[in-house]
Amino acid sequence: MNTRVVITGLGIIAPNASGVADFRDALQEGRSGIRHDAALEALQFSCQIAGTPVVTAEMQSRYFDALELKGFNSSAILYGVLAGMEAWQRAGLTAAVNTDWDSGCIFGTGSSGVDKLREAIYKVDEGQLRRLGSTVVAQTMASGISAWLGGKLGLGNQVTTNSSACITGAESLLMAYDRIRAGKATRILAGSTSDSGPYIWGGFDAMKVCTFKSNDNPAAGSRPMSATAAGFVPGAGAGAFVVESLDSALARNAPVCAEILGGHINSGGQRNDGTMTAPNSEAVQRCIREAVREAGISPSDIDAINGHLTATGKDALEIQNWSAALGRSGTDFPYISALKGMTGHCLSASGSVELVAAVLQLQHGFLFPNINCEDLHPDIRAVVDPERIPQQLRYKDLQVIAKASFGFGDVNACVILKKYHANG
Amino acid sequence: MQMDRTTLLATIREVVTPYAKNQEALQQLNEDTDFIKDLKINSANLVDVILDVEEKFNIIIDNESMEKMINVKAAIDIVESKLAGS
Repeated sequence: MNTRVVITGLGIIAPNASGVADFRDALQEGRSGIRHDAALEALQFSCQIAGTPVVTAEMQSRYFDALELKGFNSSAILYGVLAGMEAWQRAGLTAAVNTDWDSGCIFGTGSSGVDKLREAIYKVDEGQLRRLGSTVVAQTMASGISAWLGGKLGLGNQVTTNSSACITGAESLLMAYDRIRAGKATRILAGSTSDSGPYIWGGFDAMKVCTFKSNDNPAAGSRPMSATAAGFVPGAGAGAFVVESLDSALARNAPVCAEILGGHINSGGQRNDGTMTAPNSEAVQRCIREAVREAGISPSDIDAINGHLTATGKDALEIQNWSAALGRSGTDFPYISALKGMTGHCLSASGSVELVAAVLQLQHGFLFPNINCEDLHPDIRAVVDPERIPQQLRYKDLQVIAKASFGFGDVNACVILKKYHANG
Repeated sequence: MQMDRTTLLATIREVVTPYAKNQEALQQLNEDTDFIKDLKINSANLVDVILDVEEKFNIIIDNESMEKMINVKAAIDIVESKLAGS
């Protein structure tokens, strides 16, 4: 059986925009969401700029009641709930009155409520255990985000949280796709989220993988593919998508944003050049090739790549791996889009935030500007014609986008998305 | 600190208001009102109600008293006895 699977709703909380409509504008404008962060400066971080989403009290109260906000201190759950609820709504769906057995939630995160956890740790250490109240577990358990969304929407199918570093969002989409293809669910609210703040970003700063060269010029700090890329800028947020069988989408007359043709997930096993933090190129290339094969397309069908491209020293290697995997280079290379120039690296949310961008690119036919790579890295220039890396907004009909994410633990994910056509 | 039961009832009403899911029962709050059955307070939130009561009256409610605090009457009795210093 060949169930076609589509995306019927999107939701987004990103450093440069909140909500799909504003995010689309931000993408087209090339709007940076990177700002100076006073807390990081006070704490003497090397990198004192970050991509922290802006969430107003009005936005919070749209999806959280006063009781839920009492003692609430989990940014991952905040971003994830806002994005997830938006996606559900945009898909034309409402919260179930009775349990909806056919709908589930696979919503990933790297951590949950680290600030809440910090509060709890202080109270426990101060002998104030009983003052914790009832709110700690639901805000700090790893599966908190899927549990919150599942409860708000009445989801009765699988409700779980996946976690695989920076591929978390792409993985959630593919897990949802697989479950629907297997006939075990009709629709899944997929996506991923990330906490924000010093306790999440500190470990990366200490590893010296974040840039310290742009503290006085935040918007120029995140420089994927640039010769002067100096490390990533930490970010946070959440992206969400309603993944649904085409049959179900058609039956309820839902808007279809894009079709998921397939994808692949693997790991380099931390062998060859692969380590906890570095990719095994053989595995990366294999992941891309397998995704193309599973999607039933040829490498030449890919119009654009939405890359991982973090603005560390590994960007050129990523481009070389794409080129080797697809057998394409120079002017024949697909167009490249690197969102992190605008958002920074949203870590466990990056895959889903970038997938939302990729779906919008297909749906509305545009290549967003790649900002901060006016000085393209020579090793990238050697593989790809600069014309394929647009620095200005370009409207262009795109049929197929390949989106890849790579993460700590030597894990890889590649998703193949297609513009939706009723006849396939 | 001395308070009559009417004042205590009013203060308890204030404390449970954010947790009560049944607004009608909250309007008609009296000593017989049960926190879970009538006010439909989520059972996990009972511990938060008790913490808020402690803060409001500046008292400590021991585990044994906590177990009994399932309705307004029990809550008032316990607060009264704690305020009286027993």
